[in-house]
Amino acid sequence: METLEMTQEEQFQARIDADVRIEPKDWMPDAYRKTLIRQISQHAHSELVGMLPEGNWITRAPSLKRKSILLSKVQDEAGHGLYLYSAAETLGTTRDQMLADLHSGKAKYSSIFNYPTLSWADMGCVGWLVDGAAILNQVPLCRTSYGPYARAMVRVCKEESFHQRQGFEIMQTLCEGAPEQKAMAQEALNRWWWPTLMMFGPKDEDSPNTAQSMNWRIKRFTNDELRQKFVDMMVPQAEFLGLTVPDPLVKWNEARQAYDFGEVNWDEFWAVVKGNGLCNRDRLGARVKAHEEGAWVREAAMAHAAKRAERETAAA
Amino acid sequence: MQGDMEFASSENPALANYAPAVRQQLFQFVLQLADTSLVLGHRLSEWCGHGPILEQDLAMANIALDLLGETRSLYQYAAELEGQGRTEDDLAYLRSATEYRNPLLVEQPNGDFADTVVRQFLFDNFHYHFLKQLLTNADERLAAIAEKSLKEATYHLKWSSEWIIRLGDGTEESRQRVEKAIAELWRFSGELTMPTALEKELQAAGLIPDYAEIQAGMAAHAEQVLAEATLAVPQQVFMLTGGKDGRHTEHLGYILTELQYMQRTFPGLTW
Repeated sequence: METLEMTQEEQFQARIDADVRIEPKDWMPDAYRKTLIRQISQHAHSELVGMLPEGNWITRAPSLKRKSILLSKVQDEAGHGLYLYSAAETLGTTRDQMLADLHSGKAKYSSIFNYPTLSWADMGCVGWLVDGAAILNQVPLCRTSYGPYARAMVRVCKEESFHQRQGFEIMQTLCEGAPEQKAMAQEALNRWWWPTLMMFGPKDEDSPNTAQSMNWRIKRFTNDELRQKFVDMMVPQAEFLGLTVPDPLVKWNEARQAYDFGEVNWDEFWAVVKGNGLCNRDRLGARVKAHEEGAWVREAAMAHAAKRAERETAAA
Repeated sequence: MQGDMEFASSENPALANYAPAVRQQLFQFVLQLADTSLVLGHRLSEWCGHGPILEQDLAMANIALDLLGETRSLYQYAAELEGQGRTEDDLAYLRSATEYRNPLLVEQPNGDFADTVVRQFLFDNFHYHFLKQLLTNADERLAAIAEKSLKEATYHLKWSSEWIIRLGDGTEESRQRVEKAIAELWRFSGELTMPTALEKELQAAGLIPDYAEIQAGMAAHAEQVLAEATLAVPQQVFMLTGGKDGRHTEHLGYILTELQYMQRTFPGLTW
């Protein structure tokens, strides 16, 4: 038995190493399955919870055009949630189970959504920085080893790059506008810069799962590599907007051909991860409330479908 | 030549056919339609992220987006009819509650999902039949807007009708909730087809559809859907009116406070 298992595992790793996609019916190690369920459901939950901070501004958007774009963007996030829950279901879990884990606090979602959206410029920053960081995390996932996840990510990434452009465009409009608009943009950048750097996760030396995930080609870059890429991409964009990144240590390093930057406040990172961000309770509370208050609707839909099926059987 | 070009760029030539008084009336009516779609779209957008199930969150956002799209086409046309240089955003963000002309139904709160479905069903049933009539309307621009919106409104009516049936013929709880919503909201449905003085004049001039012609179709659809949902059609309901004349329930003020917050706080800026 032991030998056979080893052979399967070796064969599996050989397929991964040859960049052959793993499909739902293929044999896979339990730990691989569990890691993927954790990662994909966490990603799906992030889309779902991520609707809240932006949804918060749909009713207050400053023009009809902005209102439509924002609503359509938040709606895309609901769509991403759907593809991702479906991708996770191919691994043998259910959406109900995943939601139960979210609601009980067992499953996580991206900590960035535990920060509040306080001004219209936050809609710019969420698109420009948060979606920008998400894209860096997600583009490599289009080549991740598990087929259904990779295919879902291709669709997600296409829409995310549109989201990022619209965020940048909000920032650009503010920065080219009146002084109070530019101040609004700078104030928002000051609040969002560090939390978005945290989106790439703990430092490599504090990220115990990274090596295995890289080996399984679920992950393709380390947290620190992605964080560096993000800083290198965003600093020039902030300069183009005429905004100042709130880190006095940001400086181009000619030898490294990359920007040096300061240390993330890891105490804040862990505090928010552990539930002590400004909005953790509100976000999870809103999801639990929607789910509980929606229970009778879901029950009614099931009951009606059952009655209908019964009538059709009787008629046949 | 110079004069012709100026005329073409600043003025839709078709509008020159309207006498100033008629044009003013048409402006008021198009504004009423735009306010209606905006307020209902706004209400639906409040659900975003809080729906009972992800698929319905998506569906309600979709309907809200359709209504917002229709809103923009209508305000743009209204601005042209008015010809005072106001934009779609000026019309949406810088008018007070008593200037808004939406019927009372669409400003009613979301309540629970049954309230939202019933409000949507009553509006969709009107909207669908109204747009169908508007297709053959004398005003070409309204007919063109109706053509695009009718495709969407057909889907909206299908969505809300199916939910009325699911909730009515679902569980005991869903039945009680939808009955309660019907009892609460039916009294706002009459205003949709009860013509105001303005509407009567425009109808008499043949510029907008006569509501008498769509009432039979609306009643037939409502009866069919409620029968399938095993629900009773309310009888002898006292119908509340006033919204289309600017006399609203207290809910609209709060909607506008939120909707207009940015434009009122930072006047005259571009976003």
